[in-house]
Amino acid sequence: MDDSQPTSHPAPETDAVIDVRDVHYAIDGRPIFAGLDVRVRRGLITAVMGPSGTGKTTLLRLITGQIYADRGQVSVFGREVADMGRAELFATRRRMGMLFQNGALLTDLTVFENVAFPVRERTNLPEPLIRNLVLTKLEAVGLRGAAQLMPAELSGGMARRVALARAIVMDPEMLIYDEPFVGLDPISLGVILRLIKQMNDALGITSVVVSHDVHEIATIADHSYLISEGRVVASGSPAQLAESDSATVHQFMTGSAEGPVRFHYPAADYATELLGVEKG
Amino acid sequence: MSNGSRQGVLEALRKAGVTALFFGRLLAACVPALARPRLIIAQIYNAGARSLIIIMLSGLFTGMVLGLQGYDLLQRFGATSALGTAAALSLLKELGPVLTALLFAGRAGTALTSEIGLMRATDQLTAMEVMAVDPMRHVAAPRFLGGLIALPLLTAIFIVIGLYGAQLVGVQMMGVDHGIFWSQMQSAIALKDVTEGVVKSVVFGAVLSLIAVNEGYHADPTAEGVGRATTRTVVASSVMTLLLDYVLTAAFL
Repeated sequence: MDDSQPTSHPAPETDAVIDVRDVHYAIDGRPIFAGLDVRVRRGLITAVMGPSGTGKTTLLRLITGQIYADRGQVSVFGREVADMGRAELFATRRRMGMLFQNGALLTDLTVFENVAFPVRERTNLPEPLIRNLVLTKLEAVGLRGAAQLMPAELSGGMARRVALARAIVMDPEMLIYDEPFVGLDPISLGVILRLIKQMNDALGITSVVVSHDVHEIATIADHSYLISEGRVVASGSPAQLAESDSATVHQFMTGSAEGPVRFHYPAADYATELLGVEKG
Repeated sequence: MSNGSRQGVLEALRKAGVTALFFGRLLAACVPALARPRLIIAQIYNAGARSLIIIMLSGLFTGMVLGLQGYDLLQRFGATSALGTAAALSLLKELGPVLTALLFAGRAGTALTSEIGLMRATDQLTAMEVMAVDPMRHVAAPRFLGGLIALPLLTAIFIVIGLYGAQLVGVQMMGVDHGIFWSQMQSAIALKDVTEGVVKSVVFGAVLSLIAVNEGYHADPTAEGVGRATTRTVVASSVMTLLLDYVLTAAFL
């Protein structure tokens, strides 16, 4: 970055596409987040990692305005999500694409119609243009030949690639990936990983990847957050996280059962419960 | 009032409130949904055309039973000439709308609930929300309108087939005079009787479609949740059909 013009020097937050500050959120009295701070900068791939059940998907729901924080601020593209009316919320969502864990394809439509769905719903483009647009996106994910298949005929990896084509068909500024690697074979996983990187490099799309596949995500992320017990326990580049001396980070990165994150659900003493007797 | 029953009443009121609010949103979404007739026609096909076989078969047998029972009853008073009128009145005012509604709840209502519930469970509705497409407008409203339009049409078909069934047994098998069967019916049935059936079927169409769509939309996003929602659709639809049938009958007398 050119530092020769101090007056135009941006504050660190100005290029934040998503700015989550001191967010508290609880479900049925059980706290999910207690003072969460996450910032996603424009044009970068930001990874949000954490053990299962740490509310990674909840974070995505907060960002897309499906739920609201109990306390704290969630702003997207510089606007507070909680302050948006329905029209503005929908306008904001048009600027983002989201890839769901299971693809979330509409089961009554073909692959082609699934990708065409957002275009048909939001624009009045003529049919030949829609066709070209959809085929271009399907080609990008390598599934132009599957255009006429139904979602039920696709494998898990293919469904996720179709969902990716659908997510990018309106050329969003930001893409959100919810656990994109879960349940994929190594080849599909490599393809999805490359596609995420390509979207980011070629189109300059800001990407948020929520995942617990530490090693996969480390190969493409510019910046990572590790969330545990409702707050960020570590953040930085994958290399910085790998070198961290925090016990939680170390446990998560090495996949150990021993450490601050408990493997065992709280229970009574093992021996006592097995023997079934405490006194006589 | 005990604590438990107070909780129960509060829960029932809360559910009624949620359904009422949902109905309001649904009606609001129906206006823009009308701009997409293709989606509504697809749902009329789903709820209506696909229920045709069961409706026609049930209508035929209901009419045949009416012919048989009606003949047995009327011949005791030497009044078999009234068989056509009796069958037509029963079918138009009661059996047509009510049985069609009950069959509709079992066939189309459950299909609607489980379809929408599964869309919820597989994140399809959330995906629409995130794509800035309102699922109320795209999923709920066309299905509601489809059911609302399909049920009165199915009722009409049920009644016509039922009359044919009654005629089949009464005239062809039991020997009631063909001319008397139809002419007595024609002279005795007033427009008011037809209106009663039409109003009932429209009300049932609205209420049953609302119940099915509402249960599906608010189903727990799990296999078990969708199953429970489907059961609730059948139970609530059946009870509401019979309850409203009494209310509407009383209103028309």
